[in-house]
Amino acid sequence: MKRLLPVAPYLWLAAFVLLPCLITLKISLSLPATAQPPYLPVLDWSAGIDGWGAFLEALDFANFETLAGDSLYRDAALSSLLYAGMATAILVSVGTPIAHALARSPARLQPLLVALVIVPFWTSFLIRIYAWIAILKPEGLLNAGLIWTGLIASPLDILNTPAAVMIGLTYAYLPFMVLPLYAVLSRLDPTLTEAAADLGASPTRAFWTVTLPLARPGIAAGALLCFIPMVGEFIIPDLLGGSDTLMLGRVLWSEFFSNRDWPLASAVAVLLLVLIVGPIVLFRDAEREREDVGR
Amino acid sequence: MAPFLTLERLTKTFGAQVAVADLSLAVPAGEILCLLGPSGCGKSTLLRLIAGFETPTGGAIRLDGVDLTGLAPHRRPVNMMFQSYALFPHLSVSRNIAYGLNGLRRSAAAARVEELLRLVQLEDFGNRRPETLSGGQRQRVALARALAREPKVLLLDEPLGALDRGLREQTQGELRAIQRRLGTAFVIVTHDPSEAMALADRIGVMDKGRLVQVGRSETLYERPVNRFVAGLLGDVNLIPGTVRDADGALVRVETALGPIFASGESAPSIGAPAVIALRPERLAASTIDGVAAGDRNTLDGQVEASIYLGDHIRFDIRMRDGSTIRANIPAGTGIASETHVRLSFAPDAATVMAA
Repeated sequence: MKRLLPVAPYLWLAAFVLLPCLITLKISLSLPATAQPPYLPVLDWSAGIDGWGAFLEALDFANFETLAGDSLYRDAALSSLLYAGMATAILVSVGTPIAHALARSPARLQPLLVALVIVPFWTSFLIRIYAWIAILKPEGLLNAGLIWTGLIASPLDILNTPAAVMIGLTYAYLPFMVLPLYAVLSRLDPTLTEAAADLGASPTRAFWTVTLPLARPGIAAGALLCFIPMVGEFIIPDLLGGSDTLMLGRVLWSEFFSNRDWPLASAVAVLLLVLIVGPIVLFRDAEREREDVGR
Repeated sequence: MAPFLTLERLTKTFGAQVAVADLSLAVPAGEILCLLGPSGCGKSTLLRLIAGFETPTGGAIRLDGVDLTGLAPHRRPVNMMFQSYALFPHLSVSRNIAYGLNGLRRSAAAARVEELLRLVQLEDFGNRRPETLSGGQRQRVALARALAREPKVLLLDEPLGALDRGLREQTQGELRAIQRRLGTAFVIVTHDPSEAMALADRIGVMDKGRLVQVGRSETLYERPVNRFVAGLLGDVNLIPGTVRDADGALVRVETALGPIFASGESAPSIGAPAVIALRPERLAASTIDGVAAGDRNTLDGQVEASIYLGDHIRFDIRMRDGSTIRANIPAGTGIASETHVRLSFAPDAATVMAA
């Protein structure tokens, strides 16, 4: 038992991360079939080595060829990256001032304010996104409010548009941007901004030249924390976006549940994983390079 | 020299707590003034008021005829060297120093940075990050950065506090040399009396938000105005008594040890209770039958304890009323424990203060 303890985390990772990844990869290399499970080949354990050989031989890359050949998947991937990238940019520009204000608020108020950022998590994600339908629909709260103020005469079409998806993404992921940023900003030495002011920097210049560069790790952590799940987001585009909103999560869902094409759905999942791992590796390399320059 | 930086009835309160109380002070151009006091006496708050990080509750701050009181920190022609140095960790040494020079052309700023690096002897460290420097090097970067904008007054918050002892003494000398060369007025906050004496042209002693005494080191050491100042600057014997007679600066005080003649420029009036401050090293000791010169005060007692300290011996001498007087006497007088001794001192060596 004692000897098992140090390897326990690795066993956990192997069972719940590595194994599912391998299974997905395996299915992505299979072909759909009208059977149970709905794909071929299926490994025949009783056939021993020969079974393995036959199994490996039957695997092929047809699904990835489909992904590469059909513009639907390429467009979905690009548009997923675009949605997630734009939403991340919006989240950085909205979340930074919020986190900055949080970190600068009186110390005794901070726990309460941080709790308020977390409060939405007490309600189901799904319900909160449904609530946005009520806000954004033509006769919803937002349009009613805008008409009441006289800014518009007739309701705007917001629901079922890309704008609704962006609103939904920004709303749902804001806490994931604010919290890591707040963690970094609240630990920043306040005498650094005082030193900047002392050296003649206006509050704006001090923010851009001292606070923001030092908050970089927080911004990066928040951006990754938001970007990654947003690329594969399904619920928000499905509920708030129009039927033409193309995102990989949605494509994956329809391949799996509507078309019952498990292998193609698995291939989309693998593509998604590659799309997400790419930015992480790039980011990590850039950070490492930056640190080396500092030495 | 004419006053340059003047603080007029400056007050700062945090809620019910008074950090700086009705404080007035004038600093001439080119002077090093040390604000000395225990932690919590308000000296750092005073520095932050001058820098503009705190807004005074009352009073005014004037520099070279200009009222700074309502000015934001980044608009004040003063710079501060922070106790933690507050160097920007993401910028190189050169860019730290150049941070305040963004009004200058690029080439002019670069030349100024070179000049400052030379001044603090860090020519080869311009491209290094602060985290790769030693404590002493960081201290010098902080100084160079604070001097970059040629401030009219430089404020230094415990500038040597983070350095170890040997380095501190060396740096004291360098700091003074740089100040003499530039002629910038320095206001230095410190809790270390020996540092204040080593650095300052004048020392301002603060206690509970008030400026208790301002003057040259000698004045504060020899002629403290109260027990607090006397005790802060070094070992002191305090002998309570009552003022009996005054002849100019010479005051006769009646004490439990007999009448003592002492100097008293700020002595209380006749009949008032008083305290005599007497530095241990200003006492001479002889055996009881020795004869002191006629104009000297004498105190008789018995040696209770002695510690050999190399350049002198520290005696604790029990007086006849049971109190103890400390005397630092050069070694070689032949006085040993239990000896009855006669201490003597000139009236000039003792100071009368209000009780």
